[in-house]
Amino acid sequence: MALINFLKPKNKLEEGGRTAAPVQQDAGEPEKNCPNCHKDIPLSRLWANDLVCPCGYHFRMKARQRIRMIADGESFHELFSEMRSGNPLHFPGYKDKLETVRAASGEEEAVVCGTARIGGQSCCLFVMESYFMMGSMGSAVGEKITSLFEYAAEHRLPVVGFTVSGGARMQEGLLSLMQMAKTSAAVKRHSDAGLLYLAVLTDPTTGGVTASFAMEADIILAEPGATVGFAGARVIEQTTKKALPAGFQKSEFVLEHGFIDGIVLRADQKRLLAELLKIHEWRVNG
Amino acid sequence: MSGVPYDRVKLARESSRPTGLDYIRNIFKGFFEFHGDRCYADDPAIVGGIARLNGMPVTVIAIEKGHTAKERTYRNFGAPHPEGYRKALRLMKQAEKFGRPVVCFIDTSGAYCGIGAEERGQGQAIAENLMEMSTLCVPVISILIGEGGSGGALALGVADRVWMLQNAVYSVISPEGCASILWKDPAKAEAAAASLKLTAEDAKSLGVIERILSEKDLGQKEFYDRIRVLLSEELRVLSGDPDLIGKRYDRFRRIGTKELL
Repeated sequence: MALINFLKPKNKLEEGGRTAAPVQQDAGEPEKNCPNCHKDIPLSRLWANDLVCPCGYHFRMKARQRIRMIADGESFHELFSEMRSGNPLHFPGYKDKLETVRAASGEEEAVVCGTARIGGQSCCLFVMESYFMMGSMGSAVGEKITSLFEYAAEHRLPVVGFTVSGGARMQEGLLSLMQMAKTSAAVKRHSDAGLLYLAVLTDPTTGGVTASFAMEADIILAEPGATVGFAGARVIEQTTKKALPAGFQKSEFVLEHGFIDGIVLRADQKRLLAELLKIHEWRVNG
Repeated sequence: MSGVPYDRVKLARESSRPTGLDYIRNIFKGFFEFHGDRCYADDPAIVGGIARLNGMPVTVIAIEKGHTAKERTYRNFGAPHPEGYRKALRLMKQAEKFGRPVVCFIDTSGAYCGIGAEERGQGQAIAENLMEMSTLCVPVISILIGEGGSGGALALGVADRVWMLQNAVYSVISPEGCASILWKDPAKAEAAAASLKLTAEDAKSLGVIERILSEKDLGQKEFYDRIRVLLSEELRVLSGDPDLIGKRYDRFRRIGTKELL
């Protein structure tokens, strides 16, 4: 697949901020500047094109917006929306942070889960939310993902997942770390039941999410130009004192190194996912 | 026992503490080291092989930091590359094939942050270990002996029993990393260490570990003898369990569940 050379997209997590500005703030602005082609693109045009710039740059997308793009009509039924993190370790500032982020993002947690149809194919669907603490995984995200894979195994459904995450949520300490093991075990059970899991990695997918369910799918796809990696690029630079190679940790780089199956443009995602789901319905042994 | 959690972090990092190989040599007999991941390389930061525990064959795997400057450089300061995790998984699968229990010793500041590590799929290697360890059909006991740094430690920690040395630490991120991300100030590591709840007592109260191992006579014969007895007893219990995998699933399944709103 021919791809454009992207400039390094701004990784707001690595810049030290924990939340990107909510998309709603853009509502009053007529244009958005593209970090790739540097042109000001009318917002209405971006929205009509699923937040892809005419130059091909894929802007980040809110979870609900992505669900509207991927799921058929009104087919999405949300599950486990009641699960949300408290402040189990009484981590300083976390409670206020959660309140602020909940108000700004309109979401209770950093992942939205449910059942849906994609091109007529039934599946479980999860979409992570970059506008909620950069999709970080705490107890609630771990519990929701785990519950979804268990639900999918019970109902013999495939899982389609869109990842975006800065990694484990440090404010929940060890509880966050353990969600990596918990979700992985649930993915394994679903997989051992012979069921399909398709992951689409979006910008950025890093840390503990990369090192767990993002990399555990049967088929791993990614959006063009998405940052996909384990350690943060800045940390690697500081640790190794070496210049990073061009395109380091971009989905094209990860594809070249053999860790994802393909890069798929946003415009092609629904059709491709539907086709992949359909193909996996058939078995030689019935 | 030290007062503030950050003192524990410093203790856990002491180069004089027993390292993975010290535990292997003093607890087990006849250690035979196996090298390589059969894909790319042999990672000196992870040591593994077979040995006997009171006569019982076991597979032992340890993250090794080394003691001297030369050793520590050779061991990459106990920061494994993907090939280290793949070697560990290979040896665990081998243990499964031959019906041997697995004992892991964990001591790392974290999986190595480097260009090569990313190019060779550090995240994928850890993820695969988490997945495969969850259904390994032989008993697994993991012991945190020093630093338990994030996913790089957990990659050997999906076990039936997880134990921690009294002054070991287990954390989602280093206190320095946490302080620099959240408060833009690595000097606030001491506050971060307290907030992260990374001590053995914290881990036990969060249901992340089953047992805290005393550091009385640390590094002495009595110390290793005690651990040998505990391991033998626990492996005997686990070996007779017909629902090992189910219980291992539940062990991790409940973590963080009751803390939700």
